[in-house]
Amino acid sequence: MPQNRREPLQQVKHRRDAALRALAGGIPYAQYLGITFDRRGDELTALLAYDDKLIGNPMLPALHGGVTAAFLEVTAIVGLSWSFIWEDMESGALPLEEVEAGTLPRLPKTIDFTVDYLRSGLPRDSYARARVTRSGRRYASVHAEAWQDNRNRPHAQATGHFLMLPRD
Amino acid sequence: MPTDKTSFARQFIGSIPHSRELGMTITEVSDGKAEIAMGYDTRFVGDPETGVIHGGAVSALMDTCCGTAVMSHPQVGGATATIDLRIDYMRAATPGQTITARAECYHVTRTVAFVRATTYDEDFDRPVATATGAFTVEKS
Repeated sequence: MPQNRREPLQQVKHRRDAALRALAGGIPYAQYLGITFDRRGDELTALLAYDDKLIGNPMLPALHGGVTAAFLEVTAIVGLSWSFIWEDMESGALPLEEVEAGTLPRLPKTIDFTVDYLRSGLPRDSYARARVTRSGRRYASVHAEAWQDNRNRPHAQATGHFLMLPRD
Repeated sequence: MPTDKTSFARQFIGSIPHSRELGMTITEVSDGKAEIAMGYDTRFVGDPETGVIHGGAVSALMDTCCGTAVMSHPQVGGATATIDLRIDYMRAATPGQTITARAECYHVTRTVAFVRATTYDEDFDRPVATATGAFTVEKS
């Protein structure tokens, strides 16, 4: 990947953060649930800040299964989009002006999504990461994992297939 | 349709903060079957360019509907939790339309309940999404 080694650090960070903001901030449902993304280089970690409105079982209490599913799906879609935005952004194919104007490639469409509920979601913050296991011209497979206090004890994992929209 | 079970189910949905937040209403519930509707809301949009509801919101609706179907099954005693849920997305729900999920708990063992569900927008001839799932069963 052709990269300018002399490009000032602030400029590099500014470009990457602007792209991430445009990508994740452009999904109303992710905003509504309170999902944000933390970036370290090209690695993203999704954060779901706890809120009482996310509860599905008030007796335990536990997070709603639908919230966990949505959190993993948002993580998977953003992670997948990020992987190809990153390439275009770093190679210069996607200019900063376009990134800042929010004109990013269309989001991939979910074909199917399977969630395994491993433990009940506690009433506290959740984190998730996605791994693109295969990214082809038309289809992609993505795995995502969510955890709370302990990274080695995920409360849910998911696999999904996505339809890539043609880039123009 | 036994009204006591319906009112119980309505009360139950009303007690789930997230389902109340998403504006879900039970339209029908009877032995192992449930139907839940959710009105269109711009907060639930996945892609602002098209205004289409996010898949995650559809998942939340189907998860709630499947769980309700399980709890209404005569062989299931108390609460239930999702073990796994697979959603297939057939097409985008038409923006502005109410979406409705119909779930059926078609088999129950002592420990597991098997459920399938379909979600429609206002066109009931063309499903938006389908789901299959396994849920926990507590002894009655």
